Amino acid sequence: MSNEQYRLRVNGSEHDVRDAWVGESLLYVLRERLGLPGAKGACEQGECGSCSVLVDGTLVCACLVLAASAVGQDITTVEGLGDETAVTDVQQAFIEMGAVQCGFCTPGLVVAVHDLLDHHESPTDLEVREALSGNLCRCTGYGRIFAAVEAAIERRAAAPS
Amino acid sequence: MTVLVPESLEEALDVLARTPDATVLAGGTDAMVEVNFGHRHPRSVVSISRIAALKGWHHDVVESNVRIGAGVTYTELMEQPLATLLPALAEAARTVGSPQIRNAGTIGGNLVTCSPAGDALPVLSALDATIELASAAGQRQLSIHDFMVGVKRTALEPGEIVVAATVPVLAGGQCYAKVGVRNAMVISTASAAIVTDPEARFVNIALGAVGPTIIRARDAESWIADRVDWNGAPVADEVAREFGERVAAEARPIDDHRSTAAYRRHAVSVLARRLLVRALRP
Amino acid sequence: MTTIVGAKTRGSGARIGDSPTRPDATAKVQGRFAFSSDLWADGMLWGKTLRSPHPYARIIGIDVSGAWKIAGVEAVITADDVPGQLTYGLISSDQPVFAVDVVRYVGEPVAAVAADHPETCRRALDAIVVTYEVLTPLTDPERAIAGNDDPIHPDGNILRHQRVILGDADAGGDVVVEGEYAIGMQDQAFLGLEAALALPDPGGAGVELFIATQWLHEDRKQIAACLGLSEEKVRLTLGGVGGAFGAREDISLQVHCCLLALHTTRPVKMQYGRDESFFGHVHRHPATIRMRHHAQSDGTLVKVEARMLFDGGAYASTSSAVLINAVTHAVGPYRCANAVIDGWAARTNNPPCGAMRGFGVVQACFAHESQMDKLAVACGLDPVELRLRNVIQAGDVLPTGQVLESVAPVVRVIEETAALPMPPALGDDPMHWPGGAGRTADRTHVQRGVGFAVAMKNLMYSEGFDDYSTARCRLESNMATLKFATAEVGQGFVVIAAQIARTLLGVDDVVLEPIDTTIGSAGSTSASRQTWMSGGAVDAACRAVRERLFEDVASRWAIDPVRLVIEGSDVVDSIDGQRVSVADATEGRRFEETVEYRHRPTEHLDELGRGACHVAFAFVAHRAVVDVDPELGLVKVVQIATAQDVGRALHPLSVLGQIEGGIAQGLGLAVMEEIVIEGGRIRNPSFTDYLLPTTLDAPVVVYSLVEEPDPQAPLGAKGVGEPPCISSTPAIVAAIRAATGRALTRIPVRPQDICL
Repeated sequence: MSNEQYRLRVNGSEHDVRDAWVGESLLYVLRERLGLPGAKGACEQGECGSCSVLVDGTLVCACLVLAASAVGQDITTVEGLGDETAVTDVQQAFIEMGAVQCGFCTPGLVVAVHDLLDHHESPTDLEVREALSGNLCRCTGYGRIFAAVEAAIERRAAAPS
Repeated sequence: MTVLVPESLEEALDVLARTPDATVLAGGTDAMVEVNFGHRHPRSVVSISRIAALKGWHHDVVESNVRIGAGVTYTELMEQPLATLLPALAEAARTVGSPQIRNAGTIGGNLVTCSPAGDALPVLSALDATIELASAAGQRQLSIHDFMVGVKRTALEPGEIVVAATVPVLAGGQCYAKVGVRNAMVISTASAAIVTDPEARFVNIALGAVGPTIIRARDAESWIADRVDWNGAPVADEVAREFGERVAAEARPIDDHRSTAAYRRHAVSVLARRLLVRALRP
Repeated sequence: MTTIVGAKTRGSGARIGDSPTRPDATAKVQGRFAFSSDLWADGMLWGKTLRSPHPYARIIGIDVSGAWKIAGVEAVITADDVPGQLTYGLISSDQPVFAVDVVRYVGEPVAAVAADHPETCRRALDAIVVTYEVLTPLTDPERAIAGNDDPIHPDGNILRHQRVILGDADAGGDVVVEGEYAIGMQDQAFLGLEAALALPDPGGAGVELFIATQWLHEDRKQIAACLGLSEEKVRLTLGGVGGAFGAREDISLQVHCCLLALHTTRPVKMQYGRDESFFGHVHRHPATIRMRHHAQSDGTLVKVEARMLFDGGAYASTSSAVLINAVTHAVGPYRCANAVIDGWAARTNNPPCGAMRGFGVVQACFAHESQMDKLAVACGLDPVELRLRNVIQAGDVLPTGQVLESVAPVVRVIEETAALPMPPALGDDPMHWPGGAGRTADRTHVQRGVGFAVAMKNLMYSEGFDDYSTARCRLESNMATLKFATAEVGQGFVVIAAQIARTLLGVDDVVLEPIDTTIGSAGSTSASRQTWMSGGAVDAACRAVRERLFEDVASRWAIDPVRLVIEGSDVVDSIDGQRVSVADATEGRRFEETVEYRHRPTEHLDELGRGACHVAFAFVAHRAVVDVDPELGLVKVVQIATAQDVGRALHPLSVLGQIEGGIAQGLGLAVMEEIVIEGGRIRNPSFTDYLLPTTLDAPVVVYSLVEEPDPQAPLGAKGVGEPPCISSTPAIVAAIRAATGRALTRIPVRPQDICL
């Protein structure tokens, strides 16, 4: 059953995948084979956004990407956004504004917010809501998440470019 | 290797000719759900997501139509200038799933899955789209009405894939609306697309999620075509209302866990009336 | 192994009343926090569960031979392989680990497998052949309590019947309003699915389980009994928990995972998919409630009659306690001298129901608040005015005869909610209108409505339960180390615990030890109880350690230790002002205390529902503003205003997080969340069809914290988790009624309920 061999480029590093089953999603391979559990699985059908990653710069749900089909593409996960010692501005805003409760949706949201702010400098409240409408959170009711996004936008605007 | 990522259409069709039971994967937003849930156990996969020939779209000014590659995503359908050429398709694309889904899901995938709730399908149906199919044996074209056969059933043959959909660019108003219980990221419980053409003087309306596949309300279309003032006067309330009722009469909705037949019939009546007014608004 | 729990964390600075950042927040935003689904061990196998496809059937035979033929399969187990007790349960042990002879709901576990890959497990489950004799399911709770059907379980078809009778049953008023209300089955829908990793001891003598749960010690008790092991042979550590909301109070995969590990002598990981999660945990009880309110013409309540029927599904879980909450909260936060309340929890072949945030009070509140609105109309009063005329106050008698001893600022929560600013008029972008992204409405199709509701909610465990929490504090070298078994499920107890220690001990550095069963029980993270209970335990342990510190300093200074206090980071003699820093005072010294904190005892209800069964109460009011498309029946909740009685906000930002999060769940129940059951079958076990509110559904929340510290509470703080999701639901429905004129007696309100 398990005989796929391929190589994925994740967060700038090449990873060999061996003895994999053909049907494995990128989410499964990241989490179970590459030791990158930052992307979370909560629905396995693209309805929750917890597994949001960037593939060649495009925000997608890793659960809906066949891992072996992502060969040769640049995959960025939450682990590739900052490093252990430094959090990103978006992550810092999430921490400070109380956007984290159980934290299960958080990595996917952080990736989605980075993707949003990297394409739109100053999205409106409605644009933020539409951009994040694919990331479910069950704990916060989203209020503190919006506050964190707002804080990140303000800080980017204030920062010298 | 049992997962192939061909970059040319010929290569893909060649592989499919040899392994017609391979799972064809485009955006993955439908097929991967089946794999994840154990409803599909693929032995080999052909990913068609990197075939250049399936990407992009072309506006033929002379023919006044747009040929949309099967690999065009919902996000791309929402972008300018395509969104101005095909506004109803852009509106429909914006109602699909989430940004993540719209980034991955393709118009070709929507066609092949052929769910009665597929959001692009009512628009393609209202526009009388022509669907291009290809296999190693050659190419063929089908009207969308012949392509969609039933609930999640199409005229696609083994070894064949959808290459493109071609739709006309119309001068009149057109729009799409869908009813769902949530304000975003929801499968439609009822939907409708309306397209109008003041020159050819027609109103086409197609309904989603109220039948085994997309339904064109053709009796209502011919009834309304004579009652529209094509010189731009607003539609009379009672005309719009009767149009809605006539459209609803052509729906074939069912009761299921998402809604009831009675509500769906009512909803398409309301949608048809509102969309008619919206499409013909000066 | 990868890291297990991100629990050992240092913080600095903030004291009680501040809102310091959570110790786990950095790991969580980076994706480095180890949830139970992230755990992994060398040589690990995957486990999966085979479940019943029938709501009620006799098992004729189970043939597992096909599964064993699949390469990679290491274990296939059924009820025959359960070495200990065959059943478990929180209150009564009536639920089989694996079905024995009969299955009683769709999704009941029948067998489990362990294999080298999840896909191998799926194929192995497909290869198990179970032969069933399908029986006619009992799915109507009315039939279940009527008693004419054969029992579907040896314990009978009635899980509990409880009356509450107060005053004169024949009392009447000038005005009578009545209604029947239906509440659909809601799912907790935490995002972090059920997951665990079991590590067997060599020789199978014991097992270690890393598990996302709400109550480690209760899990251990039930697991050990089923495994036939003593409790000390079963060691539990909290795996990172991705939300709970009641759904992790019962056993799900715990016993299966341990059994598979013991059978294979290898680590076994189990994790549910979303569909399985809908079958694998209990849900909020669907209920039918009839109420009749009698009042004087000025709106003063005279008598409340209620008949409440809760469908508990196939197994008992916490149904009896949920029912008690329902019947004792049937009147709501109102004074009423006479009550006749009759409540039933029925056993059926529907999915088992149990704990969910609000625990029986959600259902009761929807009914009593709908009634209060009817009464306001009948009396010609404003709904807020009617409520103010009837509010309960400290010292009043509850329907059970219990005297309300809690601080009860009901007038304040109502008045402060009503005074919060209203939202702006309908905006310009259709995305904000009902129908949202679907673009169904034009501006002229939208109607706005406003609704109001009030709730009370008991805090902590009731009816004589020995409810306690354990905490240990160690102070040495200017650092406090805390140990407790309190399940951190996302609510933020870990940050509050450190704030308590810093405030009491004058230290900056607080280390939180792993959350596991090497210390006594903390009780469940439920019933809005951990801030009070485990907060109380941490508070008491820190105070005890502070006494040791004061004694030590006092003996060196040759003074009475009662003169000493902590000021900032110093120990200070309150009489002569002499001071020493905590750092110096603890250098090379070690003070350690372990404390069990208990709340005051409560009583069982007698046959007539008399007894001081609850410990304390919190109060809340909600005002909802909604925009409705009446013709399509679509709703957009624009704004929720709320004032909540919190006692004292220990971490105001977390309180706000609980308020906003609870409101979103209340909104879900009001307009979109329902497990649809037909003939005992769940029709929508996925996030495609079980709809949670998205960012485009979430209302703006404006709020006010009513802080009147409760002297009963160790820190003055009441639990804040449940009240937000209780009266938000009826407030939203009242607002939809106001916009549409529809009666709307069932939740969730569906489009067809509004427009057909």
